[in-house]
Amino acid sequence: MSRLNTVSRAPLTLHSEQDFKPRPEPIRHAREHPLAGTGTSQSKVQLGFWIYLMTDCILFATLFATFMVLRGQTAGGVSGTEIFDLPYVFFETILLLLSSFASGLALLSAHARNKAATLSWLAVVGLFGAAFLGMELYEFHGLVAEGHNWKQSAFLSSYFGLVGTHGLHIFTGLVWLGASALYLKSRGFSRRFMTRLQLFTMFWHFLDLVWVGIFTIVYLLGVM
Amino acid sequence: MMLANLLGQMEWSYFWHGWVQFGGQAGTVGGALLVAALLTYFKKWTWLWREWLTTQDAKKIGVMYIVVATVMLLRGFGDAVMMKLQQAIASGHSSGFLDSEHFQQIFTAHGTIMIFFVAMGLMFGLINLVLPLMLGTRDVAFPTLNSISFYLYLAGVVLVNLSLVYGEFGAVGWLAYPPLSELAYSPGPGVDYWLWSIQIAGIGSTLSGINFLVTILKLRCKGMTFMKMPIFAWSVLGTMMLVVVVFPILTATLFMLSLDRAMGMHFFTADLGGNAMMYINLIWAWGHPEVYILVLPAFGMYSEIVATLSRKRLFGYTSMVWALMAITVLSFLVWAHHFFTMGAGGNVNAFFGIMTMVIAIPTGVKVFNWLFTMYKGRIEFMTPMWWFMAFVTTFLIGGATGVLLAVPAIDFQVHNSLFLVAHFHNTIISGVVFGYLGGIAYWFPKIFGFRLHERLGKAAVTCWVVGFLVTFIPIYILGFMGATRRLDHYDPSLGWQGLFIVSGIGTMIIGLGVVFQLLQIGVSIWKRHELRDQTGDPWDGRTLEWSVPSPAPHYNFARLPVVTTRDPFWEAKQQGTSLYPSEYTAFELPKNTGLGVLVGGFACVFGFAVIWHLWWLAAVAVAGVVFVLVRRTFDDVVEYEVSAAEAKRLDAHAGKAVV
Repeated sequence: MSRLNTVSRAPLTLHSEQDFKPRPEPIRHAREHPLAGTGTSQSKVQLGFWIYLMTDCILFATLFATFMVLRGQTAGGVSGTEIFDLPYVFFETILLLLSSFASGLALLSAHARNKAATLSWLAVVGLFGAAFLGMELYEFHGLVAEGHNWKQSAFLSSYFGLVGTHGLHIFTGLVWLGASALYLKSRGFSRRFMTRLQLFTMFWHFLDLVWVGIFTIVYLLGVM
Repeated sequence: MMLANLLGQMEWSYFWHGWVQFGGQAGTVGGALLVAALLTYFKKWTWLWREWLTTQDAKKIGVMYIVVATVMLLRGFGDAVMMKLQQAIASGHSSGFLDSEHFQQIFTAHGTIMIFFVAMGLMFGLINLVLPLMLGTRDVAFPTLNSISFYLYLAGVVLVNLSLVYGEFGAVGWLAYPPLSELAYSPGPGVDYWLWSIQIAGIGSTLSGINFLVTILKLRCKGMTFMKMPIFAWSVLGTMMLVVVVFPILTATLFMLSLDRAMGMHFFTADLGGNAMMYINLIWAWGHPEVYILVLPAFGMYSEIVATLSRKRLFGYTSMVWALMAITVLSFLVWAHHFFTMGAGGNVNAFFGIMTMVIAIPTGVKVFNWLFTMYKGRIEFMTPMWWFMAFVTTFLIGGATGVLLAVPAIDFQVHNSLFLVAHFHNTIISGVVFGYLGGIAYWFPKIFGFRLHERLGKAAVTCWVVGFLVTFIPIYILGFMGATRRLDHYDPSLGWQGLFIVSGIGTMIIGLGVVFQLLQIGVSIWKRHELRDQTGDPWDGRTLEWSVPSPAPHYNFARLPVVTTRDPFWEAKQQGTSLYPSEYTAFELPKNTGLGVLVGGFACVFGFAVIWHLWWLAAVAVAGVVFVLVRRTFDDVVEYEVSAAEAKRLDAHAGKAVV
């Protein structure tokens, strides 16, 4: 965290200065207001986003708790053992983790003000993220086609509810990613872009973490 | 067929329910049309858009919250009057003027509106008015997010009022317990109106929680360490910690109920493995802290009022902070006392019963601190002080009956009775409503530049207190006599009617109090030149907000204050020193933006679309929100700079610096 702060506060005289087209916007986030009390704009945004992530964490915790209560309620229908394909989900997991890793590389390239590299890494993030989402939807499709849809039992409702909510977050992240790439392509680097990209990577890592929880609690425990 | 798909579940029949409902429809539509007509006649639309709707100034956003909450208070109060009238007459052969279904919708709407759209609205409104000023900062941490929060709240308000015009409202009680609230037993759009109005408003609340937390943690002025913060800021810190922890639970829970209703899932249904108790646990894991979310800021306001109007330092500041934080934590550990009778077993009930009683300890600490602050103080019996005294005397009854209800054995006797209804009205009206109304009386001059009329204010307090006691003491007694809550008809042989009539009269007295308040605002505006606050410090205040001119300028402080003590303005006045550095420096302010209006507008359309299963419209609304948010990231310049010279000029214009 402190390293990121240092980097984003450093004067923009890195080797690829020509890549950075200054916007009309004055670079105000870097400046410590002489009488600013307890925080700068940058740290304010970061703290706010951390707190947002914690609220999202509680939202997922609620869904996890409900899943744990309802996972045995199969109403005579299928249980996790019968429908989960662990290798498939494991592959899905790897895709998401790689996507997250790529988002870290995108942030590093952005700190080096390397526009082309940043855009390429963002493309990798998007590709792997979309592949993950595609696999998840394909899994859902398979379940529904076999008649195991969310209407069949409380277990299936809580499964689709929890995993689907994570998928919805991934989708939101992909839209955010697209918007960021569009911004970078048309406007180039700016302080606001750097802040937003950093928040995006936090969001993306957070979704990884939630997915690891889902992989463990829904799938691993489910097939045991 | 095509058209039927486009219109979802909308039907003409939802427009007509009966003459009583028509009154509500006509009132809502008529009121909206009247406001629109007045704005058009006086050519005020541009003014409204530029000065208010697009504003990023926390104080103006606060005023908008309070105006909307007041309108909703009138509607919620109207619901109360209808229920009281029904209960006073519906005994024996008389079935009253409301049928059962309609009565159920009314008490559901009353509870929902009073908590989500009145109490929450007033709370966020008052915090917006005061918090940045108290902390010595120019704005909240994220001004645009603040405006988005307001418009999400407003979207909820619009939906709840729309249910009055087209459709119906839930007939399931303010927390919509399943399986009654499931599709099988509540097939109409009523529960969906309930779900989506509070879902959207609730997301706004979460965003506000984040915003105010960061404001307190990051934007305090120089020198204001945590233990030098005004107690009101501490109370907001506690409240916002609760908001960010529990509102996501509400969001998730409502989300699951809506999945049950819209997609045929089985989270909480009676069949196929659904678990209604899960909902009840989750909703109260939000619901109990929610009570403290509402009351903690009121406690903070009382603390400010009582210290200022006793001309003394607040007694026991440190213990007050600890009490606030203790309540914040304990409020998570009591939720099961809302369903002692639902079979969790003796040990669970004992734990939650004891934890509930424990909360009385920090609350008692606070009450004694306030009383000791008054002790040997030079008490000014102004309207805010009257509100405080009304609170401290009546809240005691509510606290005592709360401890009674915390005993599981007693709870088994009186649960679901009017005793409970009397108890929570006792805590919410005495604790929350009196606090917020006192807060409005106290800070009104700071925002508008003139005081509120004193005698009308005191008349309002008197009517509220007397009306409150006359309404709810009979309700306590009826509860002991066995009258259950949510009752729209009863047998005359029970001998309840007399007490119900007395209770109804009490409600009329509260109504008189509301009339006095509206009158007070009208008269105060009329006599604003006489009541003008020349000094910016009408109460001889102690905290930073009184050190700037009234009305507070939109940038709050031309120079940011530097504080060294707990009551900085009071100390500065005593010692003749200044809180402000001599040099002016440049600063930035957020530019106005209509982003909040657009996001709130799309959210409202989304809610309406989902309620009526207009899936194409829901998709359009989501796309709209995404578009405006992405568009916003391309706005590189969202602030403007005020130069040092300009700051100095503005400051001179606003009135000479007070200290």
